[in-house]
Amino acid sequence: MQYIVEARGLTKTFGDIRAVDGISFHILPGECFGMLGPNGAGKTSTIRMSYGFSPMTAGSLRIFGHEVNGNWRDIKSRIGVCPQDNNLDPDLTVAENLELYAHYFEIPKEEARRRTKRLLEFISLEHRRDAKVTELSGGLMRRLVITRALINNPELLILDEPTTGLDPQSRHQVWERLEELRFRGLSTLLTTHYMDEASRLCDRLVIMDYGKILVEGKPADLIKTYVGRDVIEVAAPSRELQDFVVAQHMEHENLSHRLVIYTHEGEKNFREISTRFSNVGCTLRMASLEDVFLKLTGRGLRE
Amino acid sequence: MIALSPFTIAKRYLMSLQRNFVVYRKVWLTNALPNIMLPFFLFVSFGLGLNFLVGKFFYHGIEVSYVHYIAPAMISINVVFNAFFESTYSSYVRMDRQKTFDAMMATPLTMTEIMTGEILWGATKALIATAIMQAVISLFGLIQYPEGFLILPLAFLGGIAFSAFGLFFTGTLPTFEMVNLPVCLIVCPMCAVSGTFFPLQHMAPWLQWIAEALPLTHLVKITRAFSFGVMDAELWWSGAYLLVFCAIFFPLAVYVMRRRIMK
Repeated sequence: MQYIVEARGLTKTFGDIRAVDGISFHILPGECFGMLGPNGAGKTSTIRMSYGFSPMTAGSLRIFGHEVNGNWRDIKSRIGVCPQDNNLDPDLTVAENLELYAHYFEIPKEEARRRTKRLLEFISLEHRRDAKVTELSGGLMRRLVITRALINNPELLILDEPTTGLDPQSRHQVWERLEELRFRGLSTLLTTHYMDEASRLCDRLVIMDYGKILVEGKPADLIKTYVGRDVIEVAAPSRELQDFVVAQHMEHENLSHRLVIYTHEGEKNFREISTRFSNVGCTLRMASLEDVFLKLTGRGLRE
Repeated sequence: MIALSPFTIAKRYLMSLQRNFVVYRKVWLTNALPNIMLPFFLFVSFGLGLNFLVGKFFYHGIEVSYVHYIAPAMISINVVFNAFFESTYSSYVRMDRQKTFDAMMATPLTMTEIMTGEILWGATKALIATAIMQAVISLFGLIQYPEGFLILPLAFLGGIAFSAFGLFFTGTLPTFEMVNLPVCLIVCPMCAVSGTFFPLQHMAPWLQWIAEALPLTHLVKITRAFSFGVMDAELWWSGAYLLVFCAIFFPLAVYVMRRRIMK
C-alpha cells in the first residue's frame, strides 16, 4: 500500500529546543489522520514540515510516494493547506482571494472562476463573494481559508486547527463539508484542540506531547484502551469515598475537589457510589477522547 | 506535469509582482502619488527657488542652470524612494502582518520566485513613478530627447538595486519600527550627498570618497548624462557599479528573507 504521507524519525529543532523529536507516522489514502496535543507539542511544526514550509532538521519524509529532497513544486501543487493564521489577502475581495490563489497554482482564468463559484457555494459564502475580506467576521474568514485550501483540487488536505474561532453552527457546517470530502476519498491531515472534532472526523489519530508521539490509534480504540467505557465524576468527594476507590483498586484521578473514576462497569459502580457515599454532584457519562487526552498529557497548564 | 516553457518559468517569478499590481491598481492614485510628491516638491522648491540665486555653471563642459542640474537627481531620488519604501515598509507589512508570503508558500511557488517578484515589483513602482515625474519635468524642457528615453530602463535597473537593498533590511530588521533606521541613517543622508543638490568635485576628498561608494551617486551620474545627452566613458563604471550592487543584494535579500520566513 502506498502511503500519502510517510514520516520516519521526523525531527525539528529550534536552537536547543526539540520541537519535533523523531516522530514516525503515516497517512493512508482516503484517511483523515488527526494530530492532537497541547500547545507546543509540535503539531504545527510537523505540519509545516509536511508542506515544505519549514525545512526538517532530520529524518525522512515521503509524500505521495516520493522522497522529498527539496523538490516541493509538484508535491505542493497536489496539497491544500489551511494554516493556523488567517493569512488571507486583506486588500482583496472574497472571490479575488480565491482567484488569485488559483493563479499561484497556474490554474487558467476561466477554470479558476468556475472553481471559485463552486467552492463559495460549497461553503455557503457565495452571497459575500464581493465583500472585502476585512469586512468578514472571524468565522467567515476561517471558512474562506478552508475553502482556499481546496482551490487546486488537492489530493491531501492539511488543516491546522480549522475550526478555531468558529461558532457552533459554522463548526458543524465545516464538519459536514469535511465529512463530505472524506466520503469522496480526500486524504486529510488535521490538528485540533477540540476532542469532539477529532472523534467525529478522524479515522486514526496520534496524541503528541513535547515533540513525541504518545499514542496512535482509532479514537474508539484509544478510549477503550486508556480510559475504559465509562467515567464517573464526583464533585467534592468525601474522605470515605476516596479511601473506597483506592481500596477497590478503581482506576481514578484525584483532583482533590473532584474525583474522576475510569471504569468498564459504569452503571454498577455508579449505583454503588451514589447510594453509599453521595448522590449529589455524582455523574456517570461515556468516556471520551478528552479523558484520554487529559490522562496522557496531564492537567497542568502549558502556557 | 505542467509543460515548461520559458514563459511559464518567467511567470512564476512574476506572481508576487502581479499580486501587488492587482492591489495597486485598485487605488492607484493614492498608491502612486505619495512617494512621488516629496521628490517633486524638492524639485520645485530647490530647483525653481534656488535657480536665481545660483545662476548658471558648467557641468561636464556644458552650461547648465541649477534647476536643469537637479532635475535628473530628483528623478533618481524618486527611484530610491519608490523602490526602497516599497520593499521595506510595504514588504514588511506583507511579511509580518498580512502573512502574504506564508500563504504563497503553501502553493507551488518557491521563496526565490516570491522574493524575485517582490524585488521586481519595487523596480516596477520605481519605473511607473519615473515615467510620471519625467513627463512633468519634460514639460519644463529640462530633458534632452531621444537620449532621455534611456532614463526609463535605467530607472528600472536602479529600482532593482534599491528594492533589493530594501528587502535586505526587511529580512534582517527585527521589528517594523526599526525600518526607520536605514531610512534615516542611510537613505536620507545618501540622497543629500550623492551629487544630487551640489556637484561633488568642490567637496572635501573624504566626502567624495563616500559619495563614490554610494549607489545613488552612480544612478544620478547616468541619469544626468541621459538627461543632458552627454555621454562619456566614465558612465560604464557607474553602470557596472549598479550591476554589481544588484548582483550582491538581489541574492542576499532572497537569502535573508528565506532564512527569516522558512523557520
